[in-house]
Amino acid sequence: MLHGRYRELAPHLVPLDYTNNPDIRVPLTLIITMPELKENPFRDRIVETFSEDGHGNLTFNDFVDMFSVLCETSPRELKTIYAFKIYDFNRDNFICKEDLEKTLNKLTKGELTPEEVTLVCDKAIEEADLDGDNKLSFADFENMISKAPDFLR
Amino acid sequence: MPPKKKSHAAVEVDDVGMEVDAVSEDDSEEEARRKTKNRRAKAQRKPKRVSDDEEEEEEEDEAPKRKARKKKRKPQDSDEEEDEEDNRSVKSKSSKASRKKAAKEESDEESEDDKKKKKNGGKAVSKKGKEEQNDKKKGNAKGSGGKNKGGEKDKKKKNGNSSSSSDDDEESMSEGEMAALKEEVEEKKKLIATLRNKPWRMQRRLIQLKEAQEFVEKFEGALGKGKGRKWYAYKVMMTKKLIKFKRDFENFKTACIPWERKIKEVESHFGSSVASYFIFLRWMYGLNLVLFGFMFGLVVLPEILMGLPYGSLPRKTVPREEQATAMDYAVLFDFNGYCKYSFLFYGFYNSDRMIGVLKFRLPLSYLLVGVGIFGYSLMVVIRTMARNANEGGDGAEEGQFTFSWKMFTSWDYLIGNPETADNKYASITTSFKESIVDEQENQKDENIHLRRFLRVLANFLILCSLGGSGFLIYFVVKRSQDFAERDNDELSWFEKNEVEFVMSLLGLVCPPLFETIAELEDYHPRIALKWQLGRIFALFLGNLYTFLFALFDEVTAKLEKEKSIKNETIWALNAYYANYSSFYNTTDVPPPDVHPADVIRGPCWETGVGIEFVKLIVSDMQVTYLTILIGDFVRAVIVRFLNYCWCWDLEAGFPSYGEFDISGNVLGLIFNQGMIWMGAFYAPGLVGLNVLRLLTSMYYQCWAVMSCNVPHERVFKASRSNNFYMGLLLLVLFLSLLPVVYTIMTLPPSFDCGPFSGQEKMYDVVMETIENDLPSFIGNIFTYATNPGLIMPAVLLMVLAIYYLNAVSKGYQQANLDLKRKMQMARDEEKNRRNNKDSTNQVMKDLEALLPNKSLIPPPTEEDELEVPDVVVEKSSKSPKIKPGAVANGKGVNLQKEVSLAASNPRGPVTRAPGPRGGNARGPQPGPEKGRGRSAR
Repeated sequence: MLHGRYRELAPHLVPLDYTNNPDIRVPLTLIITMPELKENPFRDRIVETFSEDGHGNLTFNDFVDMFSVLCETSPRELKTIYAFKIYDFNRDNFICKEDLEKTLNKLTKGELTPEEVTLVCDKAIEEADLDGDNKLSFADFENMISKAPDFLR
Repeated sequence: MPPKKKSHAAVEVDDVGMEVDAVSEDDSEEEARRKTKNRRAKAQRKPKRVSDDEEEEEEEDEAPKRKARKKKRKPQDSDEEEDEEDNRSVKSKSSKASRKKAAKEESDEESEDDKKKKKNGGKAVSKKGKEEQNDKKKGNAKGSGGKNKGGEKDKKKKNGNSSSSSDDDEESMSEGEMAALKEEVEEKKKLIATLRNKPWRMQRRLIQLKEAQEFVEKFEGALGKGKGRKWYAYKVMMTKKLIKFKRDFENFKTACIPWERKIKEVESHFGSSVASYFIFLRWMYGLNLVLFGFMFGLVVLPEILMGLPYGSLPRKTVPREEQATAMDYAVLFDFNGYCKYSFLFYGFYNSDRMIGVLKFRLPLSYLLVGVGIFGYSLMVVIRTMARNANEGGDGAEEGQFTFSWKMFTSWDYLIGNPETADNKYASITTSFKESIVDEQENQKDENIHLRRFLRVLANFLILCSLGGSGFLIYFVVKRSQDFAERDNDELSWFEKNEVEFVMSLLGLVCPPLFETIAELEDYHPRIALKWQLGRIFALFLGNLYTFLFALFDEVTAKLEKEKSIKNETIWALNAYYANYSSFYNTTDVPPPDVHPADVIRGPCWETGVGIEFVKLIVSDMQVTYLTILIGDFVRAVIVRFLNYCWCWDLEAGFPSYGEFDISGNVLGLIFNQGMIWMGAFYAPGLVGLNVLRLLTSMYYQCWAVMSCNVPHERVFKASRSNNFYMGLLLLVLFLSLLPVVYTIMTLPPSFDCGPFSGQEKMYDVVMETIENDLPSFIGNIFTYATNPGLIMPAVLLMVLAIYYLNAVSKGYQQANLDLKRKMQMARDEEKNRRNNKDSTNQVMKDLEALLPNKSLIPPPTEEDELEVPDVVVEKSSKSPKIKPGAVANGKGVNLQKEVSLAASNPRGPVTRAPGPRGGNARGPQPGPEKGRGRSAR
């Protein structure tokens, strides 16, 4: 089933028979055309996060991985971890201001004015940052998310 | 979370998710099956060797081949191998499942079995190699896992080898080994269960799963366990199904809420304040639907079905002089003619105590429904208010993480369709804007004296204008009374319509005036809306007052007229009887034979009142709809299309597009409902009319808002409990209750129309029922209950109860506030502690510097220096948040104490060097798992 979906994305790349040559990667541009991700503002980030090489090329394993994390029954903790990775745009293991701004602009399609964006980012950091280093570490993030009522994904 | 907008794609995602689950589930099941098969195969191997030659040969053939392949590939990419293995199994499973579904014949089953056996055989052989390989890897990768484990692993290796060679070895295990094994098996089982929760890459997971499963498979049998496996799998499957069902049911429930999608759409573009109007409208619709059910089920339908038909009674017949024009459109539109003598109005209903075969007591039912509508509405409004109050807050304070939550959790990952996605973007933007407005309001630092002065000034101005308009209304009404005494012909058109003119002028001028004055106050828009609502409400009360005033004038006039007609009728009847008896010289007088259309009849003031209300509602509806059509739609069209050939920018400049007028619409709705409440008693059809009106206005206004309005300049969040609307509604309900109850209790009903004709007072029906239909003791009880001596204490008791409850609620409020403050304090404290950690660490480090094992590392000579490397190291190596601790760890300093002091929750990685993926170590389940940092990029 999943393999079918995987193959659908790039029929010319992925062979039907998966016994012999498993070293295949489907590039990011193809992955994000999936209907599940097509409208997602963070699609690039999601795919990048799950790809092993960090450039958005998914092996079949990564692909399965992505689905198992994004599916509804996967536990909250797991989702938290991956969500943190997704929002961490520059991969420094902190969500810093630039990450927040990027997130915000993706969420609102850049409809907010720069002042509003900075205001929101400042507020968000002020709210969630517990150790006062002006960026959100995973601990901050987890603490904040765990209290969110509708963290479902 | 907003109700899941489930698009096709979303469903697919879910499906896929389930599929993944199913696969893993399958895996375990498959494993179990394989196990049993294996055994069987093994057991059968010896005796079968001779008989089942073909199969065995194939098996044997295949096994070495595979082995060889494996051997060949092992050095390069063992991971890949695992992967491939699994893929194959997955594929085979899926194909198998489909096959199973397709054909259930015995033969197929058998062949499948054969195939499986083959595979199993192959696996069984290949397993050996794999296991060795796995164990090797385990030994490498999980060195950190603890020595105990390593030992066990060795044992396992031994066992694994021995078990695959011969089953007998297992029995020779000692008790202690058994216990250890048991533990191990449990652990592995746990690992299988929680594997999905681990943030590892798939490959790693697969390997782990394989290992664990194999292990469990091998030793579970030895320990005599694993019988419940199938049952367990079944249970898991059922829980999954249940969850899915529950979710579907939730979706179904949200889909059943009428207009939910429409309202969400409006909300996403115009903010929750505009949506709150539509929610209110929907609520009102529900209420009216119930009222409509009462009215039609208990009053209108019985009369239509069981009562006398049209034309049988004078009250159900159009009088002779009106018959010519009774079907004219203009007349009907004024609710005269046939309308007037239909079930829509009070006069139509007959005063027979019981009607039909069911002996339905229509007059009683009429009265009870009339009063019950008020009772029900009161109850519902108050219950909703109470529930809203429970739901809490004013919407503004929402906890600590407003912005962060909005930022990280607002996107609905189930969205797959572009339109919903656009809506979601819009709604997220609006919600951000709402929060920003709130925040700006909080941040505003101000000249408090100036602000206060301005607010007082604004209130003064508004009070002045309110008072002025009140006086104007009073003056105009007085004048109209003077005019009414004069002859109709002397008056000019203006003088006749002066009241209406002034009223509509006030309604037109005052709200914008108030809004302008309210600018002075500079309130948050939400609060400003409340003020605006309150002020316009006060203005509209004048409207109501004039309307009621005019109505009562009319009623008293009609009552007088009716009295004279009644006297006339009685006199005529007496004369008729006298003539008849004197003429025929008999006392047995038949009733006069007059066609019902020709009977002299009174003006029937109740129907008159009902007509007034219906007309008012209809004209109000027309005005509202026309206003929307012209004020919004035409304006929008003009602005949109004339903009191409105009000298200034129409869209951005003067006319622009209209904003949705929340206060006006809400108040319109509320007053409309007041009219319904007042009028429903006199015109039972009014409720049905109102249901229609609300229904159309829902669609119409939704369309108008979406197509021709622009969002407010400052989109603001509505208070979550729209109790302010409810409060106004309650006030209006109370106000409209008064006149109706007054008429029921004091005014005499018309003598020749309506269900109460012939009675002194309307409520006499109740008395009559009590006396005639109920047993006498109930009547006694009723008289006792209405005794003032009983009522007074009851009222007193209620007042006391209210006082007590009020006090209690105040206490709770106080407690609540205290708790909130405490929580805030705790949070601040934590923040401070974390902020100051560096400084405390400094002290700790000074202490540590004195310890002997300090000598192991190059000691930081100065404290200032220590600060700098901290930061640098943290930045460069991307170490986890536990900066000083981790760094110190790296230097080999034992800082356990300090870490435990700094962290409130358990923190695993004290013994670990700061890897690139340290953040992970603070994962959900800090346990003795090995090498958590492996999934690092």
